[in-house]
Amino acid sequence: MVASPRLWRALGGAGVRLAAFFAALFLVAGVAFVMVLWLATAGALDRQADAAIRADAAALVERFRDGGAAAVAEAIGDRMAEDVEQEALYFLADAAGTRLAGNLDGPGVSAGDGAWQGGPLLRDGERAEARVLRRDLPDGGTLLVGRDVQDRQALRALLAEGLASSAAVALLLALLGAWLVRRALEARLGPAVETAAAIAQGDLSRRVPLSSSRDEFDGLGLTMNAMLDRIGQLMDGVRGVSDAIAHDLRTPIARARNNLDEALASARDEAVLRAALERGIVDLDNISRIFQAVLRIAELEAGARRAAFAPLDLAPLLEDAAEIYAASAEVREQTLEVSVSGPLPLVGDRDLLFQAMANLLDNAVKFAPPGGRVRLRSSLLPAQAGGPRLLRVSVSDSGPGLDPAERARAGERFFRADGARTTPGSGLGLSLVRAVAALHGGELRLADARPGEVPPGLEATLLLPVEAPSPPV
Amino acid sequence: MRVLLVEDDAEVARFVRKGLGEAGHMVEHSANGRDGLFLAASEPFDVLVLDRMLPGGVDGVRLVETLRAQGVRTPVLFLSALSAVDERVRGLKAGGDDYLTKPFAFEELLVRVEALGRRPSGDAPATRLRVADLEMDLLSRTVTRGGKRIDVQPREFRLLEHLMRHAGQVVTRTMLLEKVWDYHFDPQTNVIDVHVSRLRQKIDKGFDKPLIHTVRNAGYVVRADP
Repeated sequence: MVASPRLWRALGGAGVRLAAFFAALFLVAGVAFVMVLWLATAGALDRQADAAIRADAAALVERFRDGGAAAVAEAIGDRMAEDVEQEALYFLADAAGTRLAGNLDGPGVSAGDGAWQGGPLLRDGERAEARVLRRDLPDGGTLLVGRDVQDRQALRALLAEGLASSAAVALLLALLGAWLVRRALEARLGPAVETAAAIAQGDLSRRVPLSSSRDEFDGLGLTMNAMLDRIGQLMDGVRGVSDAIAHDLRTPIARARNNLDEALASARDEAVLRAALERGIVDLDNISRIFQAVLRIAELEAGARRAAFAPLDLAPLLEDAAEIYAASAEVREQTLEVSVSGPLPLVGDRDLLFQAMANLLDNAVKFAPPGGRVRLRSSLLPAQAGGPRLLRVSVSDSGPGLDPAERARAGERFFRADGARTTPGSGLGLSLVRAVAALHGGELRLADARPGEVPPGLEATLLLPVEAPSPPV
Repeated sequence: MRVLLVEDDAEVARFVRKGLGEAGHMVEHSANGRDGLFLAASEPFDVLVLDRMLPGGVDGVRLVETLRAQGVRTPVLFLSALSAVDERVRGLKAGGDDYLTKPFAFEELLVRVEALGRRPSGDAPATRLRVADLEMDLLSRTVTRGGKRIDVQPREFRLLEHLMRHAGQVVTRTMLLEKVWDYHFDPQTNVIDVHVSRLRQKIDKGFDKPLIHTVRNAGYVVRADP
């Protein structure tokens, strides 16, 4: 259960990054929300107040044009009397700066027509938080119109405080969310990381545990498991090859070596030496053929050879193979019966299929007794419900056949039935056929050619799907 | 013939040079793809024998692709320890003309090199082939020897045709499988010998001078002299 710290760190990094990203997103959304809220409340209040002041001032300036300073002073007096909340601020002075009307004690520091000023001003001797607009009158007098903003500032402070505390809560929530996201990620990815770490340390039997939710993480786990199964298969293949090499190549190599050794030590004349050398070459050629076949089977079993797949008709291929081996059969005075009716459409590797047929026919001719019979038959089976259409190709002989135990083992590399010990062969023929069949999505079946009779003979049947098999996972 | 051998394994190179030299060919050798490419592009050769995997950044396939792109059409025989059929297909696709898997019998190499080096004659396609008193009419698809008609099956006809087209040249069993049957496979047994001996029964039986000869460790040759 110990994952390597580096893997954990890498995962922690990704988890933290993801979580931080979500937290940041959450915060940005919060800030945007607060800004909109602020503009819609405090900002709107300010804008409304400014607009009212501006309209009030404009009205008073208009009044000045109609009735002079006295009319303005009167209007100011009326407005102050109507202002129950005591918020309105006014100041009217003549050109000399003498106050004519209003509740402000002085003009403050504002400069120029249309200038705003804020901050504390003296109102009837008391300080007041004010926002004031200054208008210059045509006679050189000064008009200030404003509002007391004490209450509004209190409201604004309250609002800011509320927003700040909710921002703090949002930050906390964001951090909590980030932590939860990271925890969840770790919980889902942790088992996969542990499995990968265990496998990296050599335990190929481990698989990623899956949850019942069948989500994306399970998809990842499933893919990883499929990959691990495949790796396992390949490893088995490699192991199989090394076993095979250890098991069956050493013997002929040792034999060839001994023969050469012996010839070198004791050959009396050149003819004997030459014969030994020639035999050595034959031995080496055999060894390299076995080697090639072993590699080829491994390659096929790894499913790595589909480059040469193409649509083809199996019928002429079967006829060609039969024609080649008919000659061998004839030498052994056997009859080779062929009943092939085409077309037999298939997607596959022409040379490999031919090799498989060659191996089957070669076996049949080898094991059928002199004067015996070999049959090659083919048919296109009707489609089974749900299954692909199958091609059936069978080669049967009148030889000794295989008993059930031998049949189960035939197709294992280098397996040779007891009866076959005296016949030449590497014991690789059927495993190659089996591998070729598997590569084409089909299978090889072995049965008695004539059940119940003695000898039963052997019938080797290839079942190949007509459609192209999907590549192995 | 002038042969360029590009092979990094010194032992194989020595073996091939010696063998081809003894057979009367001039062999230039370079041990890496870069030098080989330079030689092949700058001097005329009859055949190039290239190792499939070479040091120096330019492997056999790259070398051939580059040569073909430059318009050099010299026939190429690949030597390779990569036996996979896919590899063979790749080599031939790149512009190679033949492919031989290591380990190989030297005779097989010699025969293939000589077959590649023989440029096709510009004559009109022959309609009759003739070796001593054996005659083959490619139009009526008949075989006669000493004026006497010999019945051969279609495949035997193709087998004999291939041997007669290469009269005087050794043809290996693998070459027969490839050219006459057009399959790349390991026949497990001496089945080709059986076919040749059946043909021999028909062609040579009853005549003083055999025309189909077996060449030890190599293959077969059709010729008038023993």
